[in-house]
Amino acid sequence: MFMRFVQSRWLLVAVLTAVLALLPFLFPSNYYFRVAALVNIFALAAIGLNLLMGYAGQVSLGHAGFMGIGAYAVAIGTTHFKLHGIVAMLAGAVVAGIVAFVVGRPILRLKGHYLAVATLGFGILVSMVLTNEAAWTGGPDGMGVPRMDLFGVRLRGPDTWYMITAGALVIGVILALNLISSPTGRAMRAIHDSETASRVVGVDVAACKLRIFVVSAVYTSIAGSLMAFLNGHITPDGSAGFLRSVELVTMVVLGGMGSVLGAIAGAAMLVILPQALTVFHDYEHLVLGLIIMVSMIFLPRGVVPSLALLFRRQNS
Amino acid sequence: MTAPLLSVEGLSISFGGVKAVDGVSLTVDAGEIHSVIGPNGAGKTTLFNLIAGQYKPASGRVTLSGADITGLPPDQLARRGLSRSFQNLQIFFRMTALENVMVGRHRHERSGLMSHLLALPSARIDNETSRREALKLLDLVGLSDLAEREAGQLSYGALKRLEIARALATDPRILLLDEPAAGCNPVETEEVDRVIHDVAKLGVAVLLVEHDMRLVMRISNTVTVLDRGKLLVSGTPDVVRNDPRVVTAYLGTFGAQEAARA
Repeated sequence: MFMRFVQSRWLLVAVLTAVLALLPFLFPSNYYFRVAALVNIFALAAIGLNLLMGYAGQVSLGHAGFMGIGAYAVAIGTTHFKLHGIVAMLAGAVVAGIVAFVVGRPILRLKGHYLAVATLGFGILVSMVLTNEAAWTGGPDGMGVPRMDLFGVRLRGPDTWYMITAGALVIGVILALNLISSPTGRAMRAIHDSETASRVVGVDVAACKLRIFVVSAVYTSIAGSLMAFLNGHITPDGSAGFLRSVELVTMVVLGGMGSVLGAIAGAAMLVILPQALTVFHDYEHLVLGLIIMVSMIFLPRGVVPSLALLFRRQNS
Repeated sequence: MTAPLLSVEGLSISFGGVKAVDGVSLTVDAGEIHSVIGPNGAGKTTLFNLIAGQYKPASGRVTLSGADITGLPPDQLARRGLSRSFQNLQIFFRMTALENVMVGRHRHERSGLMSHLLALPSARIDNETSRREALKLLDLVGLSDLAEREAGQLSYGALKRLEIARALATDPRILLLDEPAAGCNPVETEEVDRVIHDVAKLGVAVLLVEHDMRLVMRISNTVTVLDRGKLLVSGTPDVVRNDPRVVTAYLGTFGAQEAARA
């Protein structure tokens, strides 16, 4: 009964929407809105990466590269090309999709560790380009992102961006859930379990992987764009750096591979914990590392799937 | 006379100087159950892998209804109507039994990525059709009760039949079954026997590799015996059963003499 409830996708969407709508009433200050908006943004990126890693079983250690593309698309688009913020964001998504298509074709033939290293290289490449093309990107110091006007209203406060990112997250969740239970979704999950068997029943494995890689890149790019708008300033390291990529992977694995809710949980943990752990001062990172280790030891499938399994066992 | 459904002509492949399959030819007609038997290492599974596109043959030709399909990759073979099951199970363990079979409908699903993301009517129709067809096939192999069960929780015998259902979901004209009864208990073997019969009745040709001799002799129209990569005998079960060369291949010259005396 409980699992039916958890697995029903519309209930998940309804509960998520309700939580996102009610949370602001608990927020005492703008600081909370800012942190929550960051959770939404990273949850969106993690859902995208989870489609690739958790569902299709293809690792990417360079996904922040797409985040960087999305972030710099709005920064460069709105300043150098005077595009509207939304247009720049969509342009960034298109660019990210095209880059994913071009890069994905050769590297998705690789498997496991080899794919990991190839994607790692891609992430470093994007980060290097953003750092070195200083005329366009402002170099390692980054660049400012002008505030966006929408229907004559200037979007500036973290509370506004919380609402926008929450909307984006809900849409992202719906699209991901649709995809997972669609023909493409079944094919990608099949590839994860057995590429040989997928081929034998007529799945074009390379094409399917590439499709998911592009979708996943677009998710992450949109998240990068939203982050640029929220922060108003971006740097190559902060958007496309290697540590960002690692952070995204950690969110997916910690929250739960192959679980949309897991991606959100993982993003929430990795965004909120460092803020909450500042009470430990110098030991902040030590405690964060410990929490991640202990969590992986006791909830090895990731927080959400492991807890769901626990509930199921208790119920049966 | 019409061309046979599947025709294999002089198929060969070597691995490091060992001729695993050496000039094997055979034909399978629609609705026919054709078994390939032989001692361990005779090259049965290698022959399957050659026909089903896992390996590319060094020489020889495979045709399906007259069209050359030699060395085509498995996904294209599936689209042309050739599917297979595996000796070592290749199941999508994290998906339900129903979803496993639904993946088999992949080549019939025509909706695009955008309609999948947006859950447009075309995607929903595909989902519904695949679901309906998959349920029919689960019923055919006697697994409809377990449709919503995660495949990882099913018994070995059930998984064997699940693979057949999944292969059937592609709407094959010929089905290659690699030891569908291996590791099954007598009851499960009985069930596999029934399923293969039902499949053949649908007009699908079945090419079978199997060790269970009683099953092979009972259900096959034609039996082909391989020994050390070469075709030894091909004919009806009765012909094959009484051929001294087959006995020799299985038991060795000395064993055959002993068997004749016994």
